[in-house]
Amino acid sequence: MNLTALTELAEQELQRQQDLKLRLFLCYSTPCISAGAEAVKVALEELIKEQDLAAQLEVVATGCMGPCSRGPLLRIVVAGEERTYEKVTPEQACEILLHGLAGNPIETGALPADIPFFARQTKIVLGNNGWIDPGKIEHSIARDGYAALAYVLHEMSPEEVCNEIKKSGLRGRGGGGYPAGVKWNLVRKSPAERKYVVANGDEGDPGAYMDRTIMESDPHRVLEGMAIAGYAVGAEQGYIYVRGEYPLAAARLTKAIRDAERCGLLGSRVLDSSFNFRIDLRVGAGAFVCGEETALMTSIMGRRGQPVPRPPYPAQSGLWGYPTLINNVESFANVAPILHRGADWFAGFGTEKSKGTKVFALCGEVVNSGLIEVPMGISLRDIVFEIGGGLPDGGQFKAAQTGGPSGGCIPAEYLDTPVDYESLKELGSIMGSGGLIVMNETSCMPDVAKFFMEFCMDESCGKCVPCRVGTVEMYELLKRITDGSAMLGDLETLEELCGLVQETSLCGLGMTAPNPVLNTLKYYRAEYLAHIEENCCPAGVCQLDQVPLLKLPEHAAELAIFKEEN
Amino acid sequence: MTVPMASSVKEGENGHELKFQLVDKSLKKCQFQQDALIEVLHSAQEAFGHLDEEILDYVSLQLKLPPSWVYGVATFYNFFTLDPQGEHVCVVCLGTACYVKGAGEIIARLEEALEVEAGSTTADGSLTLMTARCLGNCSLAPMLTLDAEVLGKQTLESTIAAIEAKRALVAAAAEEEL
Repeated sequence: MNLTALTELAEQELQRQQDLKLRLFLCYSTPCISAGAEAVKVALEELIKEQDLAAQLEVVATGCMGPCSRGPLLRIVVAGEERTYEKVTPEQACEILLHGLAGNPIETGALPADIPFFARQTKIVLGNNGWIDPGKIEHSIARDGYAALAYVLHEMSPEEVCNEIKKSGLRGRGGGGYPAGVKWNLVRKSPAERKYVVANGDEGDPGAYMDRTIMESDPHRVLEGMAIAGYAVGAEQGYIYVRGEYPLAAARLTKAIRDAERCGLLGSRVLDSSFNFRIDLRVGAGAFVCGEETALMTSIMGRRGQPVPRPPYPAQSGLWGYPTLINNVESFANVAPILHRGADWFAGFGTEKSKGTKVFALCGEVVNSGLIEVPMGISLRDIVFEIGGGLPDGGQFKAAQTGGPSGGCIPAEYLDTPVDYESLKELGSIMGSGGLIVMNETSCMPDVAKFFMEFCMDESCGKCVPCRVGTVEMYELLKRITDGSAMLGDLETLEELCGLVQETSLCGLGMTAPNPVLNTLKYYRAEYLAHIEENCCPAGVCQLDQVPLLKLPEHAAELAIFKEEN
Repeated sequence: MTVPMASSVKEGENGHELKFQLVDKSLKKCQFQQDALIEVLHSAQEAFGHLDEEILDYVSLQLKLPPSWVYGVATFYNFFTLDPQGEHVCVVCLGTACYVKGAGEIIARLEEALEVEAGSTTADGSLTLMTARCLGNCSLAPMLTLDAEVLGKQTLESTIAAIEAKRALVAAAAEEEL
């Protein structure tokens, strides 16, 4: 396929879509399917068959539309006006279809067009979500898919592409926030006979599902971004590493790669240029540490996913010793829009140091849970109370957890902090990959810290001692605090250990494992002290049924009984 | 030394042989490259349901890798299991969102009700209870998967009811066979 054929295909598909009297968009992502989207689809298809409407309309099974807690979602566009219906039943769906076709759409069940959940979002990465069938490449092409790749291949030099990305201010969306353009340039300048591009889709943070949604809802966007990156750095082979827990994402990407190859948008001589680029899928096998870039690369090479010390950085020596560009899936999904609409347009969003938008998975104790994309610099309060609609059942906001087990909890007094890389770091948390979990007053902070420490302890790969041993010790200390057997001295030991593990671990997992502890100690120290000194859990979560070892003499009577029994 | 392929040497049950053929297919697809170990193990686990010593040995012979290497990889990743699985697999998500919404309690009660520890199979082999670190369906918290089905917004009662329904199906099928 060449540039003209691509444009023709896009126009053809657009024409076909315009000729239809009505298009119904049914959210067919996991949350909506589990809420009953399948029955809705069957009912709609039956109705279409029964009344022989197939020539006039189509039902598009799309990826995630966002407000997952309100599924199944059905969206229609009548006379340029879009309506999204929530919690649709099969009967309602048929009615929506018939009325929509007649030109007078029903209002019951429709979400108001101006609700903050939609109005406050800015969609760049998720622009196609909810508008295309991820299994149909022509849907993607009709919405400018691969247009940026075609432009780049014929009009720009690799150096220009790297500079454009640099100019846009795009920073790594996996959590690190390293400027993407700088990384691209490093790989481009590394002399080597072979180079690789890797998309990190090993989204291991609990409470985060942005990458899953991107891969499931708009796989071609990721592939296009990778191909552009391949051209920019001089690589001919790319890998997408997908978490083993995401079989649907893997299946959709496999199909997308095959379709793109068949159309000549990937493979050899991409779009009739001299550029060759193949993408292979690698499915992970359930190891959190593989989200770390060096561990991910050892996993792609079929080994135990253990990190290796940096430097050398992957940009110099990565997969099989060759320079490798490794970026998060969301970072790649930003690439095509940047090149399509220009770096300046992209840099117009966000703050001075953090450009563009960020996708968050908003969940926990919040009314509208789901997937959102907001410009950088928006305040946490706007996310939780405007877009999220506040806490359900009159709950009190206690903390917002960002960054998963590497991040921390942000208390209510910092709700007005702008969300960008630097501000969150100052608060002792991190942007992370984008999980945002809202907690109410029934969450106990030492317990949450213990939860994350247990996670890190389980997921530590065991290669370096500080992380392997340190996480176990920190977990034991936190367990003592939450079961009532801790002494004040334990708190000091815990803090000391946190510093040690942070400074001496080999990779990001160990370095950031103490973050949730340090951060909750900073903001919720009183809660820790209440556990230790007053033997009470303010949130009412912990049992506190144990006694500190040194205080055992005070409980000599019980001890005697214990000895007798044993 | 050339190692004979399973399809030509393995005797015994037909089904067993067929499963090895699936592994062979994946070995051929990746051209016996050692770097493809994880893919081969994935397909072996898909065929057999678990990876026992015989399978690991076979893979290590075919890929010409030391058995310790293959064993090391198989035990490193949570996805690979060396023990046979139950007829049904229930995975309870213990991600942050699910935990905040009470998944910890659900798993504790399930362990009690099914008399099985998370990560192992019930005595009658009907159900394996597992936990996961986050299945990425946080808006459905607390959620779990029963076989491939996603069950969202669970309570203690609904979970146990769903599992009992599954187990009743197994029992009914077993009776029918008799």
